[in-house]
Amino acid sequence: MNWLLELVAVLLLVTLVLGLIRIWRGPTVADRMLAAQLFGTTGVGLLLVLAELQRMPALRDVALVLALLAVMAVLAFVARVWRQDPNNNHEGPS
Amino acid sequence: MILIDLLQGMLLLAGVGFFLVGTLGILRFPDVYTRVHALTKADNLGLGLIVFGLLLGAESVPVALKLLLIWGLALIASATAGYLVARAARRRGVKPWKARSGGGA
Repeated sequence: MNWLLELVAVLLLVTLVLGLIRIWRGPTVADRMLAAQLFGTTGVGLLLVLAELQRMPALRDVALVLALLAVMAVLAFVARVWRQDPNNNHEGPS
Repeated sequence: MILIDLLQGMLLLAGVGFFLVGTLGILRFPDVYTRVHALTKADNLGLGLIVFGLLLGAESVPVALKLLLIWGLALIASATAGYLVARAARRRGVKPWKARSGGGA
């Protein structure tokens, strides 16, 4: 079963790299933030697979913390960064 | 045992498939709202399928419970984040995307 877990891990990494394209091209900051949230979810899946593959149970704790921190990043972004006057928008129309 | 291995492999591959579809959605969809839609549903379903695939190979009950806890936290967190981003986009006046005549995505 190890080759299958390795295949799953590699495919999840490919998904992460594809998500980088959205961060590069994203027209608004919200699109970039959503791609960052994608990194959170995919990273959690990747860490769970690696915890099983490498017999490192500590990686499950890392996954738990990453799931929490990813949503905290989006929360801070919505509450602090993106709450500005729409009239003087800094990033232009979407 | 071979049946459990087969089921685990199918669940894991289906989970990766949902992750790929979600990333394709976030690359191809035209605006923030549709990207929230692609992200918060497809990815969490993929994560759930991967968690269920790993549950079949979990060595003990606490490990299985921790996997389920991680999935539950990811579900709640992602639903909240998607709602907040969509609400902030609406308050900032981001117009939802409409299909123009003859225009592709």
